[in-house]
This record gives sequence, C-alpha cells and structure tokens, in this order.
Amino acid sequence: MSFEPKIIGFLCNWCSYTGADLAGTSRMKYPPNMVGIRVMCSGRVDPGFILSAFQKGADGVIVCGCHPGDCHYVEGNYKCMRRMPLTKRIIKEFGIDENRLRLEWISASEGAIFQEVITEFTNQIREMGPLALKELNYQPDEIADKVASEMGDITHV
Amino acid sequence: MEKVKIKIDGTPLEVEKDSYILQAAESIGISIPTLCYYPHMTPYAACRICCVEARDGKGWSKIVTACNYPVWEGLEVYTYTPRVVNARRTNLQMLMRSCSPSPILRKLAEEFGIEKPRWGTGDYTCILCGLCVRVCDEVVGAHALSFVNRGFERDVATPFNLETESCILCGACAKICPTDHIKMEDIEERVLSHRELNLGPNAAITIPTRQAVPNVPRIHRDNCIHFKTGGCMVCADVCEKDCINFNDTDKVEELDVGAIIMATGFNSFDPTPLKQYGYGKYPNVISAEEFEQMNNAAGPTGGKILMENGEEPKTIAIFHCVGSRDKNYHEYCSRVCCMYALKFSHLVVEKTDAEVYQLYIDMRTYGKGYEEFYQRILDEGVNVIRGKAAEIIPASKHRSKEGDLLVQCEDTLIGKFREIPVDMVVLCTALESQKEAKETGRIFNISTGADGWYIEAHPKLAPVSTTTDGVFLAGACQGAKDIPDSVAQGGAAATQALKLLSQGEIFMDAAYAEIDEKYCSGCKICNDLCPYTAIDFDDENNVSVINSALCKACGTCVAACPVGAITARHFTDDQIYAQIEGILS
Repeated sequence: MSFEPKIIGFLCNWCSYTGADLAGTSRMKYPPNMVGIRVMCSGRVDPGFILSAFQKGADGVIVCGCHPGDCHYVEGNYKCMRRMPLTKRIIKEFGIDENRLRLEWISASEGAIFQEVITEFTNQIREMGPLALKELNYQPDEIADKVASEMGDITHV
Repeated sequence: MEKVKIKIDGTPLEVEKDSYILQAAESIGISIPTLCYYPHMTPYAACRICCVEARDGKGWSKIVTACNYPVWEGLEVYTYTPRVVNARRTNLQMLMRSCSPSPILRKLAEEFGIEKPRWGTGDYTCILCGLCVRVCDEVVGAHALSFVNRGFERDVATPFNLETESCILCGACAKICPTDHIKMEDIEERVLSHRELNLGPNAAITIPTRQAVPNVPRIHRDNCIHFKTGGCMVCADVCEKDCINFNDTDKVEELDVGAIIMATGFNSFDPTPLKQYGYGKYPNVISAEEFEQMNNAAGPTGGKILMENGEEPKTIAIFHCVGSRDKNYHEYCSRVCCMYALKFSHLVVEKTDAEVYQLYIDMRTYGKGYEEFYQRILDEGVNVIRGKAAEIIPASKHRSKEGDLLVQCEDTLIGKFREIPVDMVVLCTALESQKEAKETGRIFNISTGADGWYIEAHPKLAPVSTTTDGVFLAGACQGAKDIPDSVAQGGAAATQALKLLSQGEIFMDAAYAEIDEKYCSGCKICNDLCPYTAIDFDDENNVSVINSALCKACGTCVAACPVGAITARHFTDDQIYAQIEGILS
C-alpha cells in the first residue's frame, strides 16, 4: 500500500471553509488526506498549532484564508501572511522541509480551486514521503521552549 | 425714526426724514431713470438723469437730483413735468457729447426723442458716473480705482494706470458699469470646452445641488469678495431674515448614534487614460456625466444637445463599457451603463435629428421593463453595433469629411471592420468606488474588496449588513447599482438600523476573546492588531482589556499574545490542540 500522508488544514470560517463546503456540495472530489480545522480567521492560526501538528505526526499543513483585501476581519489574513515565512524558518530549524507548510487564498466561491489545491498539495506531500520528525520525537514542551528562546517574537508581527 | 409727509406726482406718502426722493418714488412704484445710482452705495448725482422738480406748494420750485435730495415735510415732487423732461434731455445730450455708442444711452435718447444730439456725439464709452469707483471703495473695499485728472481729462483709472495688487479681480466694476466701458479681460487665453460645463456658475453664493439637504445657499470663501477685502456684505444687506453668517466655519460635531448607514456612493471613471478615445483631446468626446449635464433643462445649454461650436450634432456615437469589463481598468460590469446609454439614444432621437450609433460589448437589459425599452430604442432607428470601439481619430486626417471624428470599430455580428464618421462621442464611463473608500471604511471597521466596494456581511443572506454590527450599507458604495436597487437597499438599511434602535439592547455572539488579567504582561502587542479597536489598555492595572461588544472573535490577538493570556471563546488553544491530536491519533 502506498504512503497516504496526513495533512492538517486550517480553514478560515468565511472563505476557505465555505469554499470547502462548496466543493463538497458541488460533489467535487478531493483526497481525504486533508482534514480541516475551522478557525474564525487565518489570523487565528498560531504558529504553535502548526508546530504541534507536525510534532503530532502531520506530514503537511495547509493554511487557507480569504484573498488579500477580502478578509472578513479586515486584515487578519495579512497578519497570517506575515507570520507564515517566519513559521517556515522555524520548521526548517526542526529539519522539516518548508514546502510541507503552505498558505493558500481560497474564497468562498472557489470550490474548484479548493479541490485543485488540496489534490495538488496531497500529491506533493505524497511524493515527499512521510515526515521524518516522528523519529526525532520532540516533546511539545521542547518545541515550545525552542520557539520561545529562538524566535520569541514571531507571533508579534 | 422721524417721518415726514410728502407728495410724489400728487400721491401723498409718509417716508423717513432725510431719506432720498428716489427711494420714496420707487416705494410707490414710480420709476425715475438713473445711470449712476445703486442701492448699496452712497448716491453721487453724477449722471443727473434722475432730476425731478421739487416744490414747496407755495410757489417755490427747483430741479433737483432725486438720488441725493433728502425729503422734508411738505415736499411735493413732480417726476415728469415738461421742465423735468427738458432738463433730462439737456443732461442726456451732454452725456452723449462724449459717449454715444452705449446701448443704455441710445435707449434713453429714444425715450426722450433725441434724434440728433445738439452737441454732436462722441465715441468714448465712459460717462464718469463713478459707479465703478464707488463700488470698489464702498462695497468691495479694495480701493483699486479712482478718478484721475480734471475737466476734460477726467477719467477712471487704477493707480498710475498700472495693474495693481489692490485689485482682487472680482469683476464688480465691470458688472456695474452701465455703459460697458470696463471689461474683464481674460488673463490667459482660455479655450472653452465641454469640461467647463461641469463647473457651473462660479458665483460666491450657490446652492450646491438642486436636491441639496439642507437646501440652502452656501458662501464659497474662495470666490467671496468679503473674505478677500472684508467689504461687500451686499448679501447680508439684502437678506431680510438676517440669515447670512460670515463667521460660520466647518466644525467637527460628535454624535452618539446607535446605527450607521454608509451611503458614500460611487465615483465616475475618468476616461483620460484611454488615449485611443482622445477624451480631453477632442472637445466633442464627452463623458456620460457631461452629456447628462447638457441634457439638464437647468444646465448650461438649457437642455440642448450641442457640440462645442454650439451647433447640433448630426451623428452621435455612444460607447458602452468605458473602463468597465476591461482588464486594464475594472473587470466588473458597471450594470447601469447599458440602460443609461439607451436612454441617451432616446434623448438624442427626441431632441435632435442626429443619427445615433451605440457600440456595445453585450446588451445587458436585465431589469423590469428594460428589454422592452431596448426594443423601443431599436424601433426608434438607433444603430446598435456589437463591438467595442478601437479608436477615435480626427476625420480630417482621413478620407471622410462628414464628421469631425472617425470611430473605428469592429462590428462582430457582421464580422467587418467599420469606420463611422461622427460629430460627437459620449463615453459611458464605469462606476468605480470612491477614492477614499478604504480610509473611510477603516474608520467604521468595514473592509473593501479588491475593487474598493465595501464588503457586505454575506453576499446573499446579509447584503445590507457589514461585519461591524450596527454599520449598514446602502447604494453604490457596496457595488455598482442603479437607482431602484439603491433605493431598495437604502430602505433595507434604514429598516435594519431601526430594528437595532427599537430593540434597545444588543444581542452578542457568544464567541469573543477574553484577556486573563492574571497573565497579561501589558506588552500592548494586541492593542494595535485589533482591526475593530476592541482592545484598550488599562493604564491603572497595566493590562489590556477587550471590549467584548466590539470583539468579532477573529482570534488574531489570541495567536499573537506572547504569554497566551488571551482566550478565544469557542476556539480556545486547548480545543484546537485537541482537534489536531484527534485528527492525527
């Protein structure tokens, strides 16, 4: 049996989650590897969530928000956009390929794009293979400490 | 005030003592001809046309000037005796000796039956009435004009006959001059184009628009003489109700409100960047707004459709989708243009004999009665061409001489390239969002989409509400809209606002963020992050505090809090970590 990656998706309530709904109600098929977690805004996505997901065994994480300028909360997606490159730098520190983390803008009407993005990302992670971090077996506290010591102000942006 | 009894042409009347005969006569409807009298200035008795006969009833009589002869008890005035007429004739002929071409003098001469003035005629136009000097001194307060020299040499001039800084170019002297001796000269040669139609009268007092609320005139400081010289105030003199307030200024007022309706409207696309249409270059290429202005019966052309040279156009082309449905400018459809373009054709057909060409991409007649109107326009013989105009070039450069302009386009229905000579082109410009929409939206915590229109809470289910509770949208600030849609949305917004007000209390979402004061370090990072300004800083306790009524539970602050002091209710860290764990277990 081939490798089936586990992917966590953080979907903003107003655009991407609704977009995923649209993909569902439109009977569009996308791989079941991605399981979405609804957050009110992509700005709610704490880098800690992403690190935790990788630590707990996710092979990829995708964060989806509203298109720039379309944020339901005016500019939460910009906050997310600014945090993402810094989060990528952190996961690199842990030996995680930065391509395992992705940020996508998907609006409520873009069910087809949601399907496309998830399919493409799943295939990409499948090709990359399982995340080796599982063997490293970091403890959540260690991650938190490392984050706090090295990149203490990442979340302030 | 002491009153005196006088008689004018036998009519007894009571007037204020020391007022002048001229006003007294005017008050009972007897008009006395005059060239040098103006109500807001001291009488000067320079023209001497206003002379009348004053009698005391006991045999004394005298020819006096009505404009500056004060009345006294028992005065009897006769305004049209042979003696008066004779005196006026003589005075008028003396004025004509130096000044004849003026229409006002010729009219008076006709009235008094002077065919050939006794002392001949002259071609100088100034009659030295002094109105200009007095208006500049007494009304305007600029003191830029004065009499110079004496006797035959007497004249009106600026100091040393030079351009003077004292002159504020108000034009009052030119306006008041009875013989048109003074003219305003254009400082720069100006080419009048249709664009100026939009400016309207540049009077210092205007009612901004016909539907203005409140519908009262306003003073424009830049044009008002009073704000330049401190003088004038003629408007205050004539306003019987004492409504003129020169000290009124803009002020900021603070209002406590329970709901806000945004109705900031739209902006009209400026077609200048579309160089191929030559807007601003060819005077007869005009925007839809200018065409609409032209059609206004109270507008500059009195509702006539005219070209720049004042002639009626023989052919008019109307371009749809100028700036809209165009990847270079706005991709969206402006919705209203097809219908108003059709209305324009109808107006042209109704008002002129001109041939009309409509150049459209798609004819979108989607509303009630719209398609029927389109059919009616077709029946009226309007040429409807499916195709976007490529370019407008001056016809003179080309083989055709018929019109001034040559429209080049492709008729996609017959698949042919066409060149249409026209006299005038109307550009149906796109509706676009107000330039300051984003900044205005920020004040009310509502966001704008990529096109600058305000985003509604839900495109289908909450098209009037915004993401900020209590702020509603009405009209074209939310997207391009025609009048019925704007009215409908306005009504809906008003109802929504009233609903809030009549409830008297606000229902809150259970999801909002809380700060645990125990853990808050007072770093203030969250304060600047909140797009809803829901987070305040409590200086006393050195902690940040969230106003739960303003919080929309986006969670941006939760993710940013370095010590995890903020909890997003219903989306707590624990809940999300549990979900992650659950998914991956």
